[in-house]
Amino acid sequence: MARLIAGMGTSHVPGVGAAMDNGKTGEAYWTELFKGFETLRGWHAKNVPDVTIIVFNDHATFYALDNYATFTLGVGEEFQPADEGWGRRQVPIVKGHPELAWHLVESLMAEEFDMAVSGNLEVDHGLTVPLSIAYDQPSEWPTRVIPLCVNVIQHPQPTALRCYKLGEAIGRAIASWDEDITVGIWGTGGLSHQLGGERAGVVNPEFDKAFLDNLVADPMANTRISHAEFIREAGAEGIEMIMWNVMRGALGEKVKEVCRLYHIPVSATAYGGIILEAE
Amino acid sequence: MATRKPDIREYDDVPGTYVLDGRSYRKGFHLNMFCMSLNKAECREEFAKDEEAYMKKYPMTDEQRQAVLDRDYIRLLQLGANVYYTFKLVSHDRQPPQVMYGKMSSPQLSFDEFQQMMLGGGRPIEGNRSKKEQQNG
Repeated sequence: MARLIAGMGTSHVPGVGAAMDNGKTGEAYWTELFKGFETLRGWHAKNVPDVTIIVFNDHATFYALDNYATFTLGVGEEFQPADEGWGRRQVPIVKGHPELAWHLVESLMAEEFDMAVSGNLEVDHGLTVPLSIAYDQPSEWPTRVIPLCVNVIQHPQPTALRCYKLGEAIGRAIASWDEDITVGIWGTGGLSHQLGGERAGVVNPEFDKAFLDNLVADPMANTRISHAEFIREAGAEGIEMIMWNVMRGALGEKVKEVCRLYHIPVSATAYGGIILEAE
Repeated sequence: MATRKPDIREYDDVPGTYVLDGRSYRKGFHLNMFCMSLNKAECREEFAKDEEAYMKKYPMTDEQRQAVLDRDYIRLLQLGANVYYTFKLVSHDRQPPQVMYGKMSSPQLSFDEFQQMMLGGGRPIEGNRSKKEQQNG
């Protein structure tokens, strides 16, 4: 049977990818963050799953205001890194896993999650930067990927609880897949940050710490945060944290925290990273 | 379900914050779609050659056009743009995003000043949670 081995939560700040792509990680601004990545990458090097479900959001790249979906599963054979306005990132093409992706679509629909499906999703920094954080700069990504794109740009967005429940249903779908493979799931985005407006640059370490602590020990507490509270306490873009709830919901009741990173600033963001093993 | 006045949202009380909801969607639809078009290299080239001519393809308001020409980012947000869309302009200009964040800040900050604020731990949440708190602050 397919086995979900672990989850990762990580911010997906485009600047991290740009620093790597342009060979700037040795600069003083970046050294502490990339030193922190060593622990995380050490774990990933020993725990590469056959397939990774990456929960991310599109940033006006594939989806725009004319059409968008709340939850989209990428069922393609592969996903091209997108041109988001400064050219495509020179990173490997992301290889999909259409069989498992379609199983997820079928299972989730049966559980009343009405998923949008995309065969030609182009993936932006929301998905490729976490791959770079986990695997550095390989010639091809070591895991196949099922993109799960969540709308966190246009309000109304799915609730924190809905994201958690979707994760739980994904956990059940993986457990019911009769193939001997390992699966990982990543929740990306966050932590506290606000990019737009006169309040740009606001961060909230106390809120972030509570979110990370609850992610381990009391994940339901993170499902009770309203959108207005996220915006107020974690910044308008901090609401991306709801995507971590999908990851956490999939892992089941108990998890073991393997490592945690927290660093301010990465661009205008509080960077957070965590690895949780399923128990 | 609790009743709600058409033009009020719970987060309207958060200062210096522009949320892309149904209201800004309607106000900024064409402006945002114009920004989005800059994802394509050929559109970026065309825009670079003649910004005003390129924008004629989009039924934006004159105010929106002027704010684009001026790179007046806070005005763009006020006119319905979302920051992920205005990003496309910053990228087109080959500027680091901190330039935009600084220009939107109140008071305005230069690139270096914004970087320094972030290196110092970011903009504090205290005093910035609500318009009321800010006034008392």
